[in-house]
Amino acid sequence: MLRVDPTDKAKLIDPLFAPASRKFWVGTSILLAVFAWGLFMYIRQLILGLGETGMDRPTYWGVYMVNFIFFIGISHAGTLISAILRVTGAEWRRPITRVAEAVTAFALIVGTLQIIIDMGRPERLLFAIIYGRVQSPILWDIISVTLYFLGSLTYLYLPLIPDAALLRDNCPDDAPAWRRKLYTALALGWRGNREQWVRLEKAIAAMAIFIIPVAISVHSIISWILATTVQPGWHSTIFGPYFVVGAIFSGIGALFIAMTGVRKSLGLENYMRPLQYRNLSALFITMSAIWFYFTFAEHLGIAAGQQVDEFPILASKLWGEYALSFWMMILLMTVSFWVLVVPGLVPDRAKKNLIFRPHFAWISAGLACAAFLALNISSVTPAFASIAIGDINLRSALWGLIIISLIGAGLGTALWFKKRPVTASVFASVLVVVGMWLERWNIIVPTMTHPRLVPFTVYHPTVTEFAITAGSLALFVLLFLGFFRLFPAISIWEVAEGRVIEGAQSKISIPQPESNDNWMRTEN
Amino acid sequence: MTRWSMVIDLEKCVACQGCSVACRFENNTPVVKPDEAIAGRAVRWNDVFPYPVNGGEEETGEFPNVTTRYMTRPCMHCENPPCTKVCPVQATFKDEEGLVRQNYDRCIGCRFCTVACPYAVRYFNWREPEWVEGMENFINPDKIQSDGVSEGPTLRPKGVVEKCTFCIHRLKKARARALAEERDFRPDEYVPACVQTCTGKARYFGDLDDPNSTVSQLASSARAFRLLEDVGTHPKVIYLQEG
Repeated sequence: MLRVDPTDKAKLIDPLFAPASRKFWVGTSILLAVFAWGLFMYIRQLILGLGETGMDRPTYWGVYMVNFIFFIGISHAGTLISAILRVTGAEWRRPITRVAEAVTAFALIVGTLQIIIDMGRPERLLFAIIYGRVQSPILWDIISVTLYFLGSLTYLYLPLIPDAALLRDNCPDDAPAWRRKLYTALALGWRGNREQWVRLEKAIAAMAIFIIPVAISVHSIISWILATTVQPGWHSTIFGPYFVVGAIFSGIGALFIAMTGVRKSLGLENYMRPLQYRNLSALFITMSAIWFYFTFAEHLGIAAGQQVDEFPILASKLWGEYALSFWMMILLMTVSFWVLVVPGLVPDRAKKNLIFRPHFAWISAGLACAAFLALNISSVTPAFASIAIGDINLRSALWGLIIISLIGAGLGTALWFKKRPVTASVFASVLVVVGMWLERWNIIVPTMTHPRLVPFTVYHPTVTEFAITAGSLALFVLLFLGFFRLFPAISIWEVAEGRVIEGAQSKISIPQPESNDNWMRTEN
Repeated sequence: MTRWSMVIDLEKCVACQGCSVACRFENNTPVVKPDEAIAGRAVRWNDVFPYPVNGGEEETGEFPNVTTRYMTRPCMHCENPPCTKVCPVQATFKDEEGLVRQNYDRCIGCRFCTVACPYAVRYFNWREPEWVEGMENFINPDKIQSDGVSEGPTLRPKGVVEKCTFCIHRLKKARARALAEERDFRPDEYVPACVQTCTGKARYFGDLDDPNSTVSQLASSARAFRLLEDVGTHPKVIYLQEG
């Protein structure tokens, strides 16, 4: 019989056996309905053919490919982050590893589904194994994603063994028999003796090291599917690291959202503390900076080269038909960076200043909206201003006003966000996750619609693609919810182990620095 | 070994689209509805289009002395095909005679080859082909079909990729005839349907490895060029410039 800390039991084990709340059932039903809609549209697409999507010649890849890259990117949340943190011995990781690893496993399932959804003949899926050509980047992808999936499942399962044993020994008497059986089976006869601990720690350490190169290979290979072709805009050596950074970036975003959801719904504020948010934010900011650097570098080469095949693609993003998605991505990423960085730089005493009050933020945001409307709706633009200073000058002035107002809004909200680090993290994460989806869209679609020998086209996804995307997202959340109805959201034994380590460290007394007098004495 | 190649003399081409029509009937390319065709899903193994495609004036010169350049484009059957390299299941491959072939029974419909081809010669069956009333009676009965293999004019199911094969079934038939008549096969016994039908006799077909063949002679002409030479695919379709 393994014992568990009473607060851990009350917070982490007992809720698993309590009847689900009304909110849970309402949420689950909505998600199930969305999933059912997606499933229905997929079956329809299966019967009628991929003609139901907005894809055509030359847009052979569309939303499904974007979703695939997006979900596989999300999957870098977990395993990679928790593996890196484990290997580097970052103690603060303990309460978030389980959530991170779950995000990984489920994002991989949903991501892989996107490829099957995108296939013209999904019933021939096994051909890729029977007749597989290792020279094809798709085969590299199959190998690395399969390896990553199996590795992630193992990596999710290994730290779950002691917890399953805890659940087996500590579940309430009225727990259903199938759950007892499930935990007993998953615990693999765990008794928590020394030999078992040594073995488990060894296995986890080995998996943590093994999974890091596999995770990096996964997103590199996805980028190489694009980069190994000769298509303009894709044939880039920077794509491997660019995609890996983007994947980790969006992964941390997904992790923030997932862990905050778990924290709020299960009331785990004492486990996931501001420390976790602060440290993960630092990692997030780093990834954001690297991502900006890569994005700039990638586009600079094309802009400066102005090659006939490549430049129209960049032009369509900067001021053409993809300008909205491109600038939206830049805006979302900039705002998320701002929300994470600037509040930390503003001192508390700044609240005396008018600029740092929410009222100022509202006024600035209103001004930005008004200027944006004036730019886009000609009837709003004051005609006299246009005549007085010229149309181009007016437009430039309005854009300048928008940028200054947005900065003003950012300053106005800085102190508000500073007081709420969790809200700031989640807000930034939502922006990043949406921004990263748009980033993949901006990579896949403009190249597809600007081929060399077919007239340029525009790609519009259909309801089918929208429904299947929504259904996939619903499936992802459902898997996540289902998992945390059965298993504790926090690795109980790891947190307990962390407490022991912390306790031991607090007993170590650090020698006080010598004072100047002492230094003088030793000198003499 | 023969290395099949096509030479298209753009000086002689009148852009009548006879090659496109001949190809359609020879290879049973599926018909799509008008709205689908507008959406860019028409299947034309052999396409005729104004050139340059993007970012160029279609008409040049001053009225009435205007000219429009047209390009006619079968599959390039590249020496270094980007499409076969990316296929995960060997549904498309370059055979020993340099033809880039497509096996409909093997294709999984991932469309990586269509994405990789810089010439956009590959077409995807977005839906089940529907034959317009009466047209199913005029389907070319030729087919290349065996266990796990179907190529050429064999009817395609939905969800697979198809492309110009240089009328591979005609080559097979010519070979079989030579075998039945117990003699050696000569490279001039076979031409694709587009070459046979060409109104201006602008298309030549033959063996690029034979230095005396018409295509070899024309390939060394000063007018000879290949489409998108800079992408490194080494096409075996060679164009002769106008003028």
